[in-house]
Amino acid sequence: MRHKIEIDGVEVNFSEGETILEVAQRHEKEIPTLCYDPRLEPFGGCRLCIVELEGARNPVASCTTKATLGMVVRTATDTIEAYRKTLLEMVVSENREVDVSPLRGYAAGELADLRDKYAINSTRMTGATSGTNKTDENPFILRDYELCISCYRCVRVCAEQEGDHAINVMNRGFHTQITTEFDGLLKDSACTFCGQCIQTCPTGALADKKALRAADEVADAIPDKTRTICPYCGVGCSVDILTKNEKIVGIHPAMDGPANQGALCVKGQFAYDFVQHSDRLKTPLIRGEDGELHEATWEDALDKAAEGFRQANAEHGRHSIYGIASGRAPSEAAYLMQKFIRVGFGSNYIDNCSRA
Amino acid sequence: MSNPLVDMQKPEVIFCIGTNMTECHPVAATGLKKAIARGAKLIVADPRRIGLADLSHLYLPLRVGSDTALLLGMAHVIAREGLINEDFIENRTTGFDEFFEHISQWTPEWAETITGVPAKDIETAAMWYGGANKGAIYYTLGITEHICGVENVQSLCNLALMTGNVGREGTGINPMRGQNNIQGAGDSGALPNNYPGFQAVTDPEYQAKFKAEYGRAADLEKGITKVTALELCGDSIHAMLIDGENTLLSDPDREHCEHALRSLAHLVVIDIFLTETAELADIVLPATAWGETDGVCTNTERRVQRMRAAVPPPGEAKPDWWIICQIAQRLGFKGFDFNAPKPIFNELCRVSPIYAGLDWERIDKSEYQWPVPHKEHPGTPRLHEESFVNGRGIFSNVHYRDPAETISEDFPVWLTTGRRLQSYHTRTQTGRAQGIDYLLPEESLEVNPADLERWELADGEWCKMSSARGSINIKVKATNRSPRGTVFASFSFADVPVNLLTGSGYDPITHTAELKVCPVRLEPL
Repeated sequence: MRHKIEIDGVEVNFSEGETILEVAQRHEKEIPTLCYDPRLEPFGGCRLCIVELEGARNPVASCTTKATLGMVVRTATDTIEAYRKTLLEMVVSENREVDVSPLRGYAAGELADLRDKYAINSTRMTGATSGTNKTDENPFILRDYELCISCYRCVRVCAEQEGDHAINVMNRGFHTQITTEFDGLLKDSACTFCGQCIQTCPTGALADKKALRAADEVADAIPDKTRTICPYCGVGCSVDILTKNEKIVGIHPAMDGPANQGALCVKGQFAYDFVQHSDRLKTPLIRGEDGELHEATWEDALDKAAEGFRQANAEHGRHSIYGIASGRAPSEAAYLMQKFIRVGFGSNYIDNCSRA
Repeated sequence: MSNPLVDMQKPEVIFCIGTNMTECHPVAATGLKKAIARGAKLIVADPRRIGLADLSHLYLPLRVGSDTALLLGMAHVIAREGLINEDFIENRTTGFDEFFEHISQWTPEWAETITGVPAKDIETAAMWYGGANKGAIYYTLGITEHICGVENVQSLCNLALMTGNVGREGTGINPMRGQNNIQGAGDSGALPNNYPGFQAVTDPEYQAKFKAEYGRAADLEKGITKVTALELCGDSIHAMLIDGENTLLSDPDREHCEHALRSLAHLVVIDIFLTETAELADIVLPATAWGETDGVCTNTERRVQRMRAAVPPPGEAKPDWWIICQIAQRLGFKGFDFNAPKPIFNELCRVSPIYAGLDWERIDKSEYQWPVPHKEHPGTPRLHEESFVNGRGIFSNVHYRDPAETISEDFPVWLTTGRRLQSYHTRTQTGRAQGIDYLLPEESLEVNPADLERWELADGEWCKMSSARGSINIKVKATNRSPRGTVFASFSFADVPVNLLTGSGYDPITHTAELKVCPVRLEPL
């Protein structure tokens, strides 16, 4: 009986320090949550993850309750499900809208999904809405607090995951408002525009302004995702490129990325649109007799490129040719660059851009 | 890095030197912040009061270029206080007795006279790092971009070896690599001294191996570095193939660099934009970019990862590998008949012992950190656990050297250079990303407020900054991040080409430029 508890009549193992929610999720129990982000410390704010615990007078929040030997837990009794439905009805009634564009952020659809799962369609709670939008001209983060449900995920991700403590909570109860110190602009706070708050927000209250520029073309469809590695520094964060109609419309951090575990910085999160910038080179260029670069065909450009190396080799020998590989292109490019020099000219006249 | 990124949350004492991690590797810095939240102590040595310094428990504001002196002073204290790991020294290292004698002369009081850091703070740093069960070192270009870059790294190795802070969780010597595939470029053999997988070109065995593989023997002598090649342009170097590097803006001494590239008879540049460097080329070949190219990259913790294409390239842009193959085929070179990146990567794995256990399929989920010597091997998150590749860890009896140029009557101010959070390198990419301008619209020179008056400068006004190589105009920004007598600018903005000024000297072994130290003169405009 060491390290065992019973969940919905089934005996399961747990590890020291695991919460009931974590044990249940490992055993594929679907317990609803809104304030929960597995990367953050448990918070116990939304109360949707309540479960019945034998011997306890009231239901307990499974995200903050540690599993202990011999616990008997029921995750989805009629009573518990009724509580959850009422809680959700109240949360949903507070917001201007629940159906939001998936471009707002990685988790933006969580509240809408739960509303659908629990078939919330009554209007019995309809009344006042909470949260006041904040005008902030920054180009990255929309502060649409009318959609805020005060789950504090943004506050906690900024503090716990980023260590920046840029955003916090103002007022109490129904007047709770997420904001920066002195209720100012993000730019004037400790915010680094890493975008973690928009990716953890379960309602899209904090949203990706840049991605939302493509909202019209995307409508409410979920964009395609391609897993890749960030193009900037050497940390190698895993990201998903969001595309729609062959256009990059945004970036999501990969929550299971081994180097970043869901974290990103301002460059990885927002500086992706150089790729489809109008300045991109679209054809080869050859310098003409007039000294200017002119558009050319691949055939002509490659012939001329090859000819120049042939000529240097013939006139000045194989040590007159040098190759510099890129630290930004994939390894196949660097490998072939060194092979080009070593096979072609029998020298080691090859380097990459790591010395400057 | 000797240790994996996940280890960043685990040290008891973290020693960051010459790394502006919160700006240049922000996601890695989140690991350190978590370690601090759990009670780890952070020591930061940097001439500038960077973001990490604000998080630190002990900040050592050393004079630019004085790292070796600081580290010798720390080694002295660790030895003096008996904080050495005798078992580790006995079983894993060589040369400690000579080193012990060598460092006895380099007291923290001596180090204070060189670095400007109070001797008692040097002592505290040494006591913390030497006293920790798990002490980890992190560094970046603030250590390597000096004429004594090699001695700086050796000095860090000395500290780790004498305290046994290697080969265990939460320890190690961890350089943070600056570009998404700069590690992979070296792994792939784009180096003048190594074949793929760091197999030395000077070893006849490897020469024979690659002759059998490639059908032609390459020289048994090392090639020249890029730095030397640029010096020889027009003399003995006449043709160059540059892939994806804006050499002109990123390298020191821009005027020299431009002259070098212009004196080539034949310059071919492969890039995604018409960079300042590409503008000098005879032939410019348009490459597919990130997000358009399938391939492999290796990160700073040696993790081999897949990059995937999500959108088609613009116009007629082609992958780099295709372009190189096409030129090679036209020259009649053998072994360039590839039609996809997969067989190229698989060939790289086949010829590189560190990648031998990998192939295109196996790296699909980013699970492996090299070395992966065979297919059953799980990869190596942590280096040097049982032994060092070359046998024993060697202590280096390094000496402090002054930077190539030191401040003088003509150039009385230290300039140091680097990057900023919101821009990357020469801004070919971040300069074309919408919104970045809102956060960082222009470059400015960070000057200590107390220096403004004595240099007759005003916050927000332009000044002329000159070095022995040239002058630029730059806007002044008063900030306490700069200590008195030292100023900072990034090299990212083409309209403020800071690298016109730099280039005072190079590390004689690595040929890395001393971009972190450049005496300058400031004058109001």
